Amino acid sequence: MVDLTPHGAGPISAAEVAEVELYHPHGWWTKYVFSQDAKVIAIQYAGTATAIGLVALVLSWLMRLKLGFPDTFASITPDTYYQFMTMHGMIMVIYLLTALFLGGFGNYLIPLMVGARDMVFPYVNMLSFWIYLLAVLVLAGSFFAPGGPTGAGWTLYPPQAITSGTPGGQDWGIILMLVSLILFIVGFTMGGLNYVVTVLQGRTRGMTLMRLPLTVWGIFTATVMALLAFPALFVACVMMLFDRVIGSSFFMPAIVEMGTNPLPHDGGSPIMFQHLFWFFGHPEVYIVALPAFGIVSDLISTHARKNIFGYRMMVWAIIGIGALSFVVWAHHMYVSGMHPYFGFFFATTTLIIAIPTAIKVYNWVLTLWRGDIHLTIPMLFALAFIVTFVNGGLTGLFLGNVVVDVPLAQTMFVVAHFHMVMGVAPILVVFGAIYHWYPKVTGRMLNEAMGRFHFWVTFLGAYLIFFPMHYVGLVGVPRRYPEIGDTAFVPPSVHTLNEFITIAALVVGFAQMVFLFNLLWSIRHGRPAGDNPWRATTLEWQTAGTPPPHGNFGKELPVVYRWAYDYSVPGASEDFIPQNDPRPRTQGGSA
Amino acid sequence: MSAIVIFLALIAAVVGWWLSHQRLMSKPWLEAGPVTAFPETEASLMHPAKIGLGVFLAVVGTLFALLISAYFMRMVYADWQPAPVPKILWLNTAMLVLASIALQGAVSAAHKGQPDNLRLALLIGALASVAFLGGQLLAWRDFAAEGYFATENPATSFFYLLTAMHGLHIIGGLVALGRVNFRAWQSARSETLVLPTELCAMYWHVLLVVWVVLFCVLMGWAADLIDICRGLLT
Repeated sequence: MVDLTPHGAGPISAAEVAEVELYHPHGWWTKYVFSQDAKVIAIQYAGTATAIGLVALVLSWLMRLKLGFPDTFASITPDTYYQFMTMHGMIMVIYLLTALFLGGFGNYLIPLMVGARDMVFPYVNMLSFWIYLLAVLVLAGSFFAPGGPTGAGWTLYPPQAITSGTPGGQDWGIILMLVSLILFIVGFTMGGLNYVVTVLQGRTRGMTLMRLPLTVWGIFTATVMALLAFPALFVACVMMLFDRVIGSSFFMPAIVEMGTNPLPHDGGSPIMFQHLFWFFGHPEVYIVALPAFGIVSDLISTHARKNIFGYRMMVWAIIGIGALSFVVWAHHMYVSGMHPYFGFFFATTTLIIAIPTAIKVYNWVLTLWRGDIHLTIPMLFALAFIVTFVNGGLTGLFLGNVVVDVPLAQTMFVVAHFHMVMGVAPILVVFGAIYHWYPKVTGRMLNEAMGRFHFWVTFLGAYLIFFPMHYVGLVGVPRRYPEIGDTAFVPPSVHTLNEFITIAALVVGFAQMVFLFNLLWSIRHGRPAGDNPWRATTLEWQTAGTPPPHGNFGKELPVVYRWAYDYSVPGASEDFIPQNDPRPRTQGGSA
Repeated sequence: MSAIVIFLALIAAVVGWWLSHQRLMSKPWLEAGPVTAFPETEASLMHPAKIGLGVFLAVVGTLFALLISAYFMRMVYADWQPAPVPKILWLNTAMLVLASIALQGAVSAAHKGQPDNLRLALLIGALASVAFLGGQLLAWRDFAAEGYFATENPATSFFYLLTAMHGLHIIGGLVALGRVNFRAWQSARSETLVLPTELCAMYWHVLLVVWVVLFCVLMGWAADLIDICRGLLT
């Protein structure tokens, strides 16, 4: 036990901490609508993301209905199917997961967890949300534009994205999509600057980087990555907008449309778009995954009443994954063709990422080992995440190899893989995090019975959807096809399986309605939570009240004396010691 | 993608240097108490706005590194025909250098508490930047008059794209610089303007560097340099 206090020195007075000037709201509008308080902005972000996410959920139902019962849903044409697929993918990846993890949890948790009164640039933070909302509205507006939304696939590969054979290609769909993405990136950059600088400069006294909860580490690193990766998407969008609107040839090769109609483009490089897109696209996977890793570490430690195993390794792994994820992008382009040495390089870097990721998984499991595991709902979701993430990660090892990827790349196997690892796994963490922090946001617990129902249906249901999908892919059923029809290599069992998957998807979707009802119902009828219902150590549970008031903490900011994981310390009177408890460990543990 | 990989390597070096001062090897579970022994691991005393602008400029740098990457990727295709760059770009470059020097002068005037010099320097900085933008528009007009439209050839498309992107960043900066100018003329107290002036100067210096790099790329020097390097390596 090392005491960092110089001999004889008492606790530092909080008065040494420079106080930030807070913007104080003057009325209802500036308090709840045009608010500069990160906690309100967080809820605005989360609400908007959930609303547009529901649209994407409904789109997935429609797609599944078409795949399961192609004859009954003959009204869903291939064109509309592509539109649903594109919008579902784009919304889920960018407008839901990225916005929810960084804009939602980032805004709520960063200032509270690092001991700040608010984000460092509250006005820019507010702008960030409103531009995000505008981006979402433009995206939703494309459903009502002539020709409907774009059907180019969420990767928007040219040349097909802007030719007339693709829905929205020569109409408004693709333009609105590109404009919406550009807006999203502008808005995100504003928010991202806040998250990064608040972690750098907003930390209270004693909160060194190595005392940050892993949630903050995950969100912080993901934000840094997003700030460096989103410009690639920005450049790709701007250049494609040039190609589409004024007819330049950045990406568009000489092409004759529909066999008769030569387009004005000449000599452009579609591969260039793929490089730019995946330079953003692969880090994006970890932009979603790293906050999930961080949050799940905190959930497991808190609900197993045990310090996180290998904290340093967890931090190094987060940094390592963040750095490595910038040099793996071309593994999405194996089937686009590349120099064999490049393929070798990118396959190697891809497989190397498995090492820090595996370290994290082992550390979660070792944290659970001989812990005092409370199977609360957040813990259930955290455990479900570990299982699901390992599952999706292992199929990722298959696909990371060029020779295995080439035959599987165009099949449902890939759909099953990325939904497991990037869809289900992070969403399970989102749910776990909501059950964990809802008591802090509202002051009330979520209903337990509804929560358990929601967990089991979601967790088991997700497996019923995506596990069979791997087999469907292995027999060679191609992805992106609205219906397979009578194809010789597809056995009849695939059709039965498709119907089964569709029914499972509808049931899982229904469970989410129960969850949303629970969110609303518990605001008034939930059990009062108190300040620290989970008996957790981190600063957000030590606020002046629940929900935390404007300015988060009372008159004085907390001073941090220890790391975030002092659970079940031998000799302490309680099984947790808050980070701002100044007493030595053996006497620690305030009531 | 070489330009962006090199740029990110630079950023990684800066991040790595900073992280190396954060005691990532420490064992926080063994350490309790206030951390007065290691003040460098606390939040730094630098103003958050400076760090915020620094991070933003890293993002801006990434954006332009990506555009340059795309430029180099596109230029190897057969249809690439670089157009002669308008001569006026030399004058524009001089204007941007002038703006940068003026803003540096404004910083020292603000530090020394010389409100008159500060106003003058800020005004010169803003006017030179406006002159730069006007010059860029003239360059576009000359370019189009010679028949080089944005759709003519990928090289000309890139000319318009790169100059437009850079110009938009200057316009954004001018909004901030305009506000600083306004405040400088309103009050005689220059000490409140130290920070905003420093921020403007920092932004202008970086955009000047970005412009010089873009200028080298557009003039074809960067490609020549790469060829020489490639020749040395092989």
